[in-house]
Amino acid sequence: MPENNSTGKFSRRKFVKGFGATVAGAVVLNPSIPKITKSLQKKIKISEKIKLNFNLNGKNVSTDIYPYNTLLEVLRKNMRLTGTKKTCNNGECGGCTVIINKQAIYSCHILAMDIEGKDVLTIEGIGDMHAGEVIRKAFKDMDGLQCGFCTPGQVMSAYALLLNNKKPSLDEIKTAMSGNLCRCGAYHNISASVIEASNKL
Amino acid sequence: MTRKLIKSVINIENKEHEFIGEVSLLEQETWGKNDTLKIIGKEISRIDAVDKISGTASYTSDINLPGQLYGKFLRSPYPSAKILKIDLSKANALKGVKHILTYENTAKYKWYYETSFLLDPIVRYEGDEVAFVAAESEEIAEEALKLISIEYAKLPFVVDTEKASTEKNIKVHNWGNIVEPSEYKRGNIETGFADADFTIEDEFRTSVVLHNPTEPHCSVVNWDNDELVIYDSTQAVYQIRELAANALGIEQEKVRVIKKYMGGGFGSKLDLGKYTIAAAIVSRELKKPVKVVMDRKEQNLCVGNRPDSIQKFKVGIKKEGLLTALQLNSMGTVGAFPEGAGLSWPAKTMYKCPNLLVNEKSILTNAGAARAFRAPGHVQGIFGLESLMDECAAKLNMNPLEFRLKNYTEVDPVSNQPYTSKKLKEAYKKAADLIGWEDWKAAGSSKSVNRIGLGMASQIWWGGGGPPAHANIKLDKKGNITIYSGTQDLGTGTYTFIAMVASEVLQIPIERFNVVIGDTKLCPYAPVSGGSMTAPSVSPAVRDAAERLKEKLMDTAAILFDEEKNSIKYSNGFCVNSDGSKKVSLSEIAGHLNEQDLLIKGSRNENPKGYAINTFGAQFAKVEVDTLTGKVTVLKISASYDIGRVLNKLTLDNQIRGGIIMGLGYALMEERIIDENFGKVLTTNLHTYKIPTMMDIPEIVIEIASDYDPMISNTGVKGVGEPAIIPTAAAIANAVNNALGVRIKSLPITPDKVLIALYVSK
Repeated sequence: MPENNSTGKFSRRKFVKGFGATVAGAVVLNPSIPKITKSLQKKIKISEKIKLNFNLNGKNVSTDIYPYNTLLEVLRKNMRLTGTKKTCNNGECGGCTVIINKQAIYSCHILAMDIEGKDVLTIEGIGDMHAGEVIRKAFKDMDGLQCGFCTPGQVMSAYALLLNNKKPSLDEIKTAMSGNLCRCGAYHNISASVIEASNKL
Repeated sequence: MTRKLIKSVINIENKEHEFIGEVSLLEQETWGKNDTLKIIGKEISRIDAVDKISGTASYTSDINLPGQLYGKFLRSPYPSAKILKIDLSKANALKGVKHILTYENTAKYKWYYETSFLLDPIVRYEGDEVAFVAAESEEIAEEALKLISIEYAKLPFVVDTEKASTEKNIKVHNWGNIVEPSEYKRGNIETGFADADFTIEDEFRTSVVLHNPTEPHCSVVNWDNDELVIYDSTQAVYQIRELAANALGIEQEKVRVIKKYMGGGFGSKLDLGKYTIAAAIVSRELKKPVKVVMDRKEQNLCVGNRPDSIQKFKVGIKKEGLLTALQLNSMGTVGAFPEGAGLSWPAKTMYKCPNLLVNEKSILTNAGAARAFRAPGHVQGIFGLESLMDECAAKLNMNPLEFRLKNYTEVDPVSNQPYTSKKLKEAYKKAADLIGWEDWKAAGSSKSVNRIGLGMASQIWWGGGGPPAHANIKLDKKGNITIYSGTQDLGTGTYTFIAMVASEVLQIPIERFNVVIGDTKLCPYAPVSGGSMTAPSVSPAVRDAAERLKEKLMDTAAILFDEEKNSIKYSNGFCVNSDGSKKVSLSEIAGHLNEQDLLIKGSRNENPKGYAINTFGAQFAKVEVDTLTGKVTVLKISASYDIGRVLNKLTLDNQIRGGIIMGLGYALMEERIIDENFGKVLTTNLHTYKIPTMMDIPEIVIEIASDYDPMISNTGVKGVGEPAIIPTAAAIANAVNNALGVRIKSLPITPDKVLIALYVSK
């Protein structure tokens, strides 16, 4: 929203939706991440920009955000990293998957201010790491993609899985990757890519 | 003369199109089987894979131009209404709002085959465009939509297909609710039924389904001086150029359409979007770029779907298994604007049946308009037809495969022309062997709680491609080679096969080739990427261009060596003279050329006359049905196809599996649901509209039955994108019937339908 919004309104639904998801994420996925911090503090004014500091792909960054911005919006707009895709924007497809403190998270479903001080890893950040390189090569060799639009999200979910489980079974792979939809239906090759990467790591 | 101008007729997505264009007359030796070739047919990783996997690939929705505005549509909340009053004052007062288009301030751009306008005071479905806001940010545009006040007069509506077909009082358009009624006759239907030993009547239904490509429909539009540049997530750059130019009343040469990567289309991105033209109007007015990206809800309401179907069959059969007559009455809804819901091509062409009568109707309802969706008509039609063929076989206590083989046809039953190639028998055998068809038992043999069933279905589609399709190949002075073609890569591997074909001809590694596609300014014309015609149209043009380049290199080498051209040999990127004493590489030849760039045009040949060109295939399914919960689990699918030559085995298998998975979704879970009381769609997101996930996929085994089509082109390639999805739902439905002994006659086969069918049958 513009700072001097003449109506004084903000998109409350969006804010509440993001807030709710953060709670769900915190409870269901992993109690340690992502902790609700600033979004619970009522003193924040929704129409005023706040400073956000976090670690993005190994570098400390700082950017001005609105409290209602999702992490996905901040990554794509503020940080100009368009590898993370906006596909459903509703926590249903996994196209926007990033890694926060070693866990795969839908970035469309977390408020950016809740990642204050946290480590965020995106598709652009994994290429320099050995595991990232191995996973990317596996997706290429096994053709774990078609149109490629869901691919960054798939790669990030695979990365998070292999980070926490070096030798996942096929069932574990299916469970870990089932939140990442691929309409082209490259699923067989995606799971084969994860297995290939797991064998090479 | 190595080129000629011709007129050709090609069937794209169920519609016949006439093309006038240039074809190549260059005689080229047909390639042998793939095992005699160096790279074609091998498993080759995509040349664009790294770009996509690393997140650096720039899709249309990733493109941002300096100073761009963001566009958003205000959409009708009602399925049918007249706009009485529009108040923009509050929205216009919001800081950052730059322009708002409504029907009151916008020219009447004709839309939907001239049945409506870009912005129409009558709205005919939930989601119909009412106003277009351009603002400095997406958030401001969204906020402005809420500040626009519209007074509507709600009108009666109809969203049920059958109801709309007989409805006298509620009309979607004032001329009625029925478009394109058509009739097809062959032989004499009465005599056909009189000759039959048995007749069966049955009805099959399918649901409206939604494309849901991962990348939403989007455009980024900019007027660069007097040139309109459109970045569009499209399957058809040249078609968008033509349609956009026509819509705006400007010359095609003033429009440039660019699409490097796209996140899926499946038919829904063949058409020009209202968002593209609205953005262009604002961009021209304000002299700023405008970006419009649909959200998931808009995508599921407004940019296409597959029509539903109600298929009523009557079939006559002889005791020994021959079809004597087939009658089909079908209808399906195309939403609020004219489109085709025809589905009878499989009934007309799949089997030898002398007597046929088909009547089809497309029905208007107050819902989003249909668009081509991966094998339009055939996916619905094969489900009905192949369910019916199984019923026929059951009536005669015959194996379903044997019944189909009895009615096998060696000529196209509509045109009576022979096929350029038909390896369906071979495909049946391979797919049957892969599933273990010898274990097939009559339906309902199992009485256990979890019942296993086997089923099969056949497939026919066009997919032969055709002219005009061109590819330019450019050799620069340093020996770099770039291939340009106005085609598209939907995720199907177009970039890669273009490099592979050129690599095969010029015998140098694929890494040596740059491929530029999807840009109307840089690339020569190639057809839309629909109808499974990209590879069969474009690969021959690429080979033609590469062969012509090879000739040119040998011409140049002859001059350099001062020898006759026919003594020069070309091998692995080198030209060698008669006694082998002189050798010059492709790059060295390029360096000798005083033309800075050598640009050579290659073209697709004309299709052979007097032949039908079709793809064929079969899928067999093994399912398990839990009779307590009604849940169907697909355990395995086997698939075999005649799709001509395989270009890239790696991407081919991936694409076929993808089609099967989409077909599995169609069979078991996908369905657009509309609340009949309010006319609103309840399945506008991916939570309510279920598509298959990694948890749903069965084992899939694929074997290709064809080596190459010997007649259609210098590569012998046919298309596979649509064939892949066509038989899946029918094969699964037949397997479910085989497991239960009860047939579910409507898609999707959800647990409730299974339980009800079991209950009723008791």
